[in-house]
Amino acid sequence: MDLNFTAADEAFRGEVRAFIDKKLPPDIRRKVLEGQRMVKDDYYRWHVILHEQGWIAANWPKEFGGPGWTAAQQHIFEEECADAGAPILSPFGLRMVAPVIMAFASPEQQQYYLPRIRSGEHWWCQGYSEPGSGSDLASLRTRAERVGDKYIVNGQKTWTTLGHHGNWIFCLVRTNAEARKQEGISFLLIDMKTPGITVRPIIMIDGEHEVNEVWFENVEVPVGNLIGEENNGWTYAKYLLGHERTNIAEVGRSKRRLKRLKEIAAKQPGSDGKPLLQDVRFRDRIAQVEIELMALEITNLRVISADMEGRAPGPEASLLKIRGSEIQQTLTELMMQALGHDALPYQHAAMEPDFSGEVIGPDYGVPLSGQYFNFRKTTIYGGSNEIQRNIISKMILGF
Amino acid sequence: MNFNFSEEQQQLRDTLDRYVRKDYGFEKRRGIINGNDGWSREVWAQLADLGVLAVGLPEEYGGLGGGPFDTLLVMEALGRGMVVEPYLATVVLGAGLVARAGSEAQKADLLPAVAGGDLRLALAHYERGSRYDLARIQTTARRDGDGWVLDGHKSVVMHGAAADRLLVSARTQGGISLFLVDAQAAGITRHDTPAQDGHRVAEVALKGLRVGNDALVGAEGAALPQIELALDHAIAALCAEAVGAMGSLIEATVGYLKTRKQFGVPIGSFQALQHRAVEMYLHAEQARSMSYLAADKLGASDVAERRRAISGAKVLVGNAARYVGQQAVQLHGGIGVTDELAVGHYFKRLTMITLLLGDVDHHLALFSEAMGDLP
Repeated sequence: MDLNFTAADEAFRGEVRAFIDKKLPPDIRRKVLEGQRMVKDDYYRWHVILHEQGWIAANWPKEFGGPGWTAAQQHIFEEECADAGAPILSPFGLRMVAPVIMAFASPEQQQYYLPRIRSGEHWWCQGYSEPGSGSDLASLRTRAERVGDKYIVNGQKTWTTLGHHGNWIFCLVRTNAEARKQEGISFLLIDMKTPGITVRPIIMIDGEHEVNEVWFENVEVPVGNLIGEENNGWTYAKYLLGHERTNIAEVGRSKRRLKRLKEIAAKQPGSDGKPLLQDVRFRDRIAQVEIELMALEITNLRVISADMEGRAPGPEASLLKIRGSEIQQTLTELMMQALGHDALPYQHAAMEPDFSGEVIGPDYGVPLSGQYFNFRKTTIYGGSNEIQRNIISKMILGF
Repeated sequence: MNFNFSEEQQQLRDTLDRYVRKDYGFEKRRGIINGNDGWSREVWAQLADLGVLAVGLPEEYGGLGGGPFDTLLVMEALGRGMVVEPYLATVVLGAGLVARAGSEAQKADLLPAVAGGDLRLALAHYERGSRYDLARIQTTARRDGDGWVLDGHKSVVMHGAAADRLLVSARTQGGISLFLVDAQAAGITRHDTPAQDGHRVAEVALKGLRVGNDALVGAEGAALPQIELALDHAIAALCAEAVGAMGSLIEATVGYLKTRKQFGVPIGSFQALQHRAVEMYLHAEQARSMSYLAADKLGASDVAERRRAISGAKVLVGNAARYVGQQAVQLHGGIGVTDELAVGHYFKRLTMITLLLGDVDHHLALFSEAMGDLP
């Protein structure tokens, strides 16, 4: 039993930290730390920097071009990136479709797609949810009919995160309407430049454009874009959902937000003119969430250490997702609350880094209310927390 | 980083688990707590035979040289079976204090006897009116010739009546000092009381109690940091005990939900109840993580770092114990509030653990105050 990282791990941490210090562009770092609006190029530049270093595919095995890191190293890398204010790498290519391609795609498909995911040439989006298929994903209705050497795809996907940046989308499509709902689904890779695809923005509760609807109208997809076997897509879909867990708890980013929350509470006025951080009631609420986060960090390491011993990904990921998302929501809520009345003004334009107008309230307050509203998504996406509870109920408690 | 227990540790845990399951059943426990002493000499001797009493003590004094994670394993196993014998009071608090702060003579005198099961200890520190404030004590020790005379009243002393020797804190000129006294000495009156959870607590009155200078544990006036450290060891141990008790309660509750039928179906088929059980599991897993962190930081050289981990653990485990205990009773329905079922007894022990050595509010305040000067 040893809760501490090895000396080699700590040396690795130093190496990662030095690299980020040197290579993370200051303008991107500032945007992330101060919550300003990000553009595609911000994500892309950081992606390319990591690619050139050979660190872009942190969770990939060496044979597919990953750095060959242990689970502990992957964790340290994530933590350092989060702490330094590096942008979140879009997970859809690197962490979602890539493991499916490695596990189930043909060698030709692997050779074509994997290097393009690493280089950033392909920006992947996820085509899972549909307007009528949220938690009940297997009820999806987007059809793919095979005609000769093509599939003709018709239907609608939704909640496509950063779909307006993407050029490829992996989709679950119905290829057999007669079979049991899980057994008629296929996993299809679609080039978003194909005629018949329309991407429409969905404006989120914070006024930002983050997710989209994607419409498919007689979209022709070569059969060579099918992953694995036809009608076996549900297996791959579940593999994908169960596979991503190294960062599901978001411990690193929550630690950074906690630090930020304390900084803000130290600057904000509390009662009797003292800083808000001296206000016992408010400070106790910070303490509560900090303690919950300390525990989650250990829980996360427990799961990682089980991974390192080669135990298969298990339902513990649901535990990390539930508590991790609750903590993220509490932190964003407390940051908003720290602002008092200054949380009210909606200052959309002030989210731009070059904004030169007058800000009402402190500069750091501008994005905080929006972030709170936006982060209600965290208990909904990636399998709602109620679905996660169903998973634990079934897989761990045996109901 | 490694979350595995060594083979020896696993063996210890398995042995103790087997013993508790086989020889410390609920009815046996009921007999023990309703007996005169409230603990069993037979069980105590068996714990000694299994090496449980020796595991956390130094090798040079008859112990096995284990550390906080060995204590954690023992406490978790004792928690699973709601064992009421005075392990925490004797080994973790008493012997731990002597091993860290005692003289060579005191260690040689006491520790092998504790390891062998022949001696029990208790820490008599808190008083009426102390609440959880370690420094708020009024018992005095004044110099008298080459010895000391102690006067005062110690309250709710864990297993005070089972102890052969007491470690008593008292104000002296230089601050707070600690004395090792014979529990049978003239000048001591002990009043044994059953606690809510089947353990025993004692009121200890000290009236003109005379002890020699060799009764002093550590330097005069310098005992408070040692007492705080000992209580932190006890808090970490209580957290582990709570993790064990929560595990048993969740198992019992999930089992009940699967068998109890209403409306023609097992009530565990209802999602509202499943999700409640899941929430109990989430609390218990987070509590387990915090119990590990607490054990890990007991040896931290930075006291503030230790304080954060211990108080953080007591807060999180306290909240978890409260939730798991209350919901286990609720999900059992009427029989959950009867004396007949073990569930209510686990609930009572978990509840008392949340109150012992500082409740959630107390430790939240300690944790939170340390943040005040930041950043």
